Amino acid sequence: MSPWATIKVAIKALLRNKLRSLLTVLGIVIGVAAVIAMVAIGQGARNRVKGVFEAMGTNLLVVSPASQNTGGVRGGGGTASTLTFSDIDFIRNEASAVRWVAPQLQTKVQAAGDDQNWNTQVTGTTPEYFQIRSWAATSGQLFDDAADAGGAKVAVVGNTIVQQLYGGANPVGQTVRLGNVPFTIVGVLAVKGQSPMGQDYDDVIIIPSRTFRAKLQGGLGNFLRGSIYVSAVSADATALAESQVTEVLRAHHKLKDDEEDDFRVRNLAEFAEAQSQSTDTITTLLAAIAAVSLLVGGIGVMNIMLVSVVERTREIGIRMAVGARPIDLMVQFLAEALVLAALGGLIGLGVGALAASTLATKFGWAVVFPSDVAALAVLVSGGIGVTFGLYPAVKASRLDPITALRFEA
Amino acid sequence: MVAAAAIAPPAPAIGAASAPVIEIEDVTRVYHLGDVDVHALRGVSLRVERGESIAIMGASGSGKSTLMNLIGCLDRPTSGTYRLAGKDVSRLSASELARVRGERIGFVFQNFNLLARTSAVENVELPLLYAGVGGHERRTRAIAALEQVGLGSRLDHTPNQLSGGQQQRVAIARALVSQPEIVLADEPTGNLDSRTSVEVMAMMQALVAKGITVVLVTHEPDIAQYAARVLTLKDGKVVSDTRHEPVRAVLEPEVAS
Ligand SMILES: Nc1ncnc2c1ncn2[C@@H]1O[C@H](COP(=O)(O)OP(=O)(O)OP(=O)(O)O)[C@@H](O)[C@H]1O
Ligand SMILES: [Mg+2]
Repeated sequence: MSPWATIKVAIKALLRNKLRSLLTVLGIVIGVAAVIAMVAIGQGARNRVKGVFEAMGTNLLVVSPASQNTGGVRGGGGTASTLTFSDIDFIRNEASAVRWVAPQLQTKVQAAGDDQNWNTQVTGTTPEYFQIRSWAATSGQLFDDAADAGGAKVAVVGNTIVQQLYGGANPVGQTVRLGNVPFTIVGVLAVKGQSPMGQDYDDVIIIPSRTFRAKLQGGLGNFLRGSIYVSAVSADATALAESQVTEVLRAHHKLKDDEEDDFRVRNLAEFAEAQSQSTDTITTLLAAIAAVSLLVGGIGVMNIMLVSVVERTREIGIRMAVGARPIDLMVQFLAEALVLAALGGLIGLGVGALAASTLATKFGWAVVFPSDVAALAVLVSGGIGVTFGLYPAVKASRLDPITALRFEA
Repeated sequence: MVAAAAIAPPAPAIGAASAPVIEIEDVTRVYHLGDVDVHALRGVSLRVERGESIAIMGASGSGKSTLMNLIGCLDRPTSGTYRLAGKDVSRLSASELARVRGERIGFVFQNFNLLARTSAVENVELPLLYAGVGGHERRTRAIAALEQVGLGSRLDHTPNQLSGGQQQRVAIARALVSQPEIVLADEPTGNLDSRTSVEVMAMMQALVAKGITVVLVTHEPDIAQYAARVLTLKDGKVVSDTRHEPVRAVLEPEVAS
């Protein structure tokens, strides 16, 4: 018999017991659906975590001052500034794995437009900061190094500021007062939405760091009261950049070997990776549990195939009498198990995809349909059909034709 | 009654072409039931020439079905040899026996043994399916076989939509669709009334007329007389083997011949 004829005979046999076939398949449907939904949600979660960290900055390291150890009295983290503006140049010049460096100085101010005011965070930095965070202007432009060096009173604002102070109108060229200092708005940043902690990325005003120090921090001292944002040359280089930055800073801070760092370097890329990995672990675990139900589904198929072989003993005898060889009967029952299981796999695929997209809308995160896992799940369920169908099929093929023909159902 | 030995057939000719279609020599069949051995056949020899019709009779338990199963290659003898169309089939594997059945033998059973919930034409197609005949040819030949037994208008009927006689005719169509050399019928009329029995026997005679060897088991002397030869078994042995002019099955339905 040709494979196609075999499959047709199998489908016909299964259609004779539609409800039973459907119920048999249910276990596999649930198993496959669960595997696919779990992996889809897990990959969605992973991408979300990755996206969140990517939004914070490209290959980002954040250097902040650590507690200062003065004669045994230790202040808390960031209590005093140990970082200097010279450190930025040292890092830029001496750490080869670093691409961009910029200070991040921040303070809360009351910002006033023509007739509105709004409490917001002002960030003082240099133009490289925009590169580090991949921030671009949608209207106007970002300020340049000359503006920073000259201490220009210019500001780049986020969309929330545009909404709150200017009612959504383009504010480029307008004056915004920070504290009591007037700044000219030169650019508006592209909308970015919320940070993972619910912080509004658009509620920002960025001004040159030199201006920030002179007008808002009240002095141009060399100590940097804020943090340094560092971007590594590539995602793979973040660890190298981290150790280079640590080395450079220790050298310039003249720390002895037995002294602790007076700064802290946080590798956000690594943190993101760790987060992704923990999501992966959970995904794998859930998928493994789901796979167990696939196995249970396989046992269901085996059970029904065994029942089917007994019920159809007479049919087996008839087929043998008219020339079916043992292998033909084995293949026929295997084909039935295979069709059952593969059908379950396909239905499960649909149900899983549906479940994943339903959950996606509910949780509001993008679910990634795992086409590789889907293909694998259908293949595996087919394999389960063959594996668990093998014993019943062999049983059918070993029947003695005379006994089978005499069998009374 | 003539003893079996008295009409010993001529010595076997060399070469398959002229060999008897069935050539059984001193065959025994012992069933082992726990510690008990049941001797169903105790040394049976039988030759049947191509195109013969032979009825096997005997009391219940005399070994008729056992002999039929051996002839039909559903079973293997415990000892002795069986040559089917010149080929020794007494030691073949299950797979090889299946092929021999598919190619050379058609079965008709007392209880019809049709696949339930399966149309007449699909039932008749079954032997061709396992012989590897393609879908289109299968259908054509199955329809032709059903027309031959007068069921051309019942192709899509399932067994439970057919009378007993019609079911047996479907079974006969199935037996002849693969153009076998032998048709074996174990009490083909056992479940039928006398009128339908004659119909079925008329069809068997039509097969014989086409050169097919027909072996049938029956309890009824009326049915046996439609065969040209009657073999009687008793306790697993042949006690008589007679030939006579067969009675023609009248009440002939439209069997093309
Ligand atoms: N599968 C079997 N296992 C054990 N003994 C069997 C088996 N088949 C048949 N026999 C025995 O072999 C003997 C011959 O049986 P067989 O079926 O050939 O008789 P029969 O002539 O066809 O009888 P009936 O007219 O009742 O059909 C009987 O004694 C029977 O009990
Ligand atoms: Mg019998």
